[in-house]
Amino acid sequence: MFHFGGASCNNCDIEILACLTPRYDVERFGMLLVGSIRHADVLLVNGSINKKDKPRLLEIYEQAPKPVLVVAIGACGCTGGIFAEGNTFAGPVDKIIPVDAYIPGCPPKPEAILAGIVKLLGKN
Amino acid sequence: MSKQTLIPVGPYHPLQEEPELFKLYCDGEIVKDVKWETGYNHRGIEKLAEQKSYDEVFFLVERICGICSTSHPFAFANSVEEIVGVEITDRAKYIRSIIGELERIHSHLLWVGLAGHFLGYNTVFMWAWKYREPVLDLFEMITGNRNSYAMFKVGGVRRDIENQKIPAIEEVLSLVKKKTDLLVGAVMDDPVIHARTKGVGILTKQDILDFAAVGPTARASGVDIDVRRDDPYAAYPLVNWKVITAEAGDVFAKAQVRLLEMYESISIIEQCLAGLKKEKEGEVDVLIKHIPEGYGIGRAEAPRGEVFHFVVSDGSNSPARHKIRAPSYTNIATFKKSCVGQSISDATISLAAVDPCYCCTERLAVALDRASGKRIMNAKEIINHSTELTNKLLQHE
Repeated sequence: MFHFGGASCNNCDIEILACLTPRYDVERFGMLLVGSIRHADVLLVNGSINKKDKPRLLEIYEQAPKPVLVVAIGACGCTGGIFAEGNTFAGPVDKIIPVDAYIPGCPPKPEAILAGIVKLLGKN
Repeated sequence: MSKQTLIPVGPYHPLQEEPELFKLYCDGEIVKDVKWETGYNHRGIEKLAEQKSYDEVFFLVERICGICSTSHPFAFANSVEEIVGVEITDRAKYIRSIIGELERIHSHLLWVGLAGHFLGYNTVFMWAWKYREPVLDLFEMITGNRNSYAMFKVGGVRRDIENQKIPAIEEVLSLVKKKTDLLVGAVMDDPVIHARTKGVGILTKQDILDFAAVGPTARASGVDIDVRRDDPYAAYPLVNWKVITAEAGDVFAKAQVRLLEMYESISIIEQCLAGLKKEKEGEVDVLIKHIPEGYGIGRAEAPRGEVFHFVVSDGSNSPARHKIRAPSYTNIATFKKSCVGQSISDATISLAAVDPCYCCTERLAVALDRASGKRIMNAKEIINHSTELTNKLLQHE
């Protein structure tokens, strides 16, 4: 998994990090957060995407080894959420890159993030 | 002059959870200069706030930052209540302080964990985040959400903390206290942490004053400021607590201040809970029918320092102007002092030591010509333009 934090409020970011910690322990499902998109099979995107993020998100998606699963996390990742009317908004994620799974919530609980990704892995 | 190497950290760096670009200019191992670039997180919040009603703005400012998601509504509530000139009930004050201090505990635990992670000491990361979970559970019990609590409104709070929930809160607090003891022991007595953090990233008292740094960053350098005491709001004048300071100004002192502040927070919450028991249940809300013309300043002490909100009201349903200044905005500037002259391996922890929150920081907008994409104004012109606008609004009153 590689984590791309767009123009977010940090909430989804810390809930993703919380997935790694002992209470949720995502590693038991064989998932690991990696430092480079070139090592990743899953791209987690959270936050609304602003004009500055958009080209970078596209570039990261290009660099990803295919097939790559894209998961949009949180209300902002799915639709732009409360920031969709903002003057710098350039998203939502699925208008920029293809998205395989949506995990709504503001922020989604770590359980929801885990459930979403496990479901996605089971499907593929 | 010798040749310098540029080491970029970010914008999407595995160490940082948020997007932000740091450019470290290094000569050998030593950092000679540091520059940073923001804008990856700009969401146009101040502009959005002008389109929303006062009730809706709370949900917006809560999402400025997910970690300090109480301090922004806190400051906004303070500023709007200054416009209205209303005094909220004691019960609402206690509840506000309880939420604010619980947030401080979870935020400081989060920082201790991340600082461990930045040092390459993942055990601390895992421990701190494990002990943070009971605090989040508590939030879920009180407010219904782990983060972004939606507790605040103009004139009070949205939900009451029923007295029957108080024993459960006290139970979690005593657990957190024990775990804090453990973490304090683990951090304060560990020779490795001493070696990595003492004398690293030092900020002197003068540096803090020069950069106008706030919060634990300032308090760790012996600058005794805390909005909770200096400009009292909510229940802070009603309870006994003290401001924690340290003198050394290095990363270790910052850790020390934060860890000891957690004890103060626990003590504040305990006193607030005792206060709640005396107040009548359900009196958490003053009815406000109209927000008059005027302007108000609201300050609140976030876990990272002073949050400042300035709201201009034209008597309509939504703010005419809403200015926000978050603590990291000034704290991040101290990197110029704390990182330069350090080795690269110490730079990351020096960056982390101020507990930077980039999503709070993204306040500047650049005016672009839509057709050509060129900048219309430079920074100076934007500042002049904004001064003019503010003056116009003030004259309007």
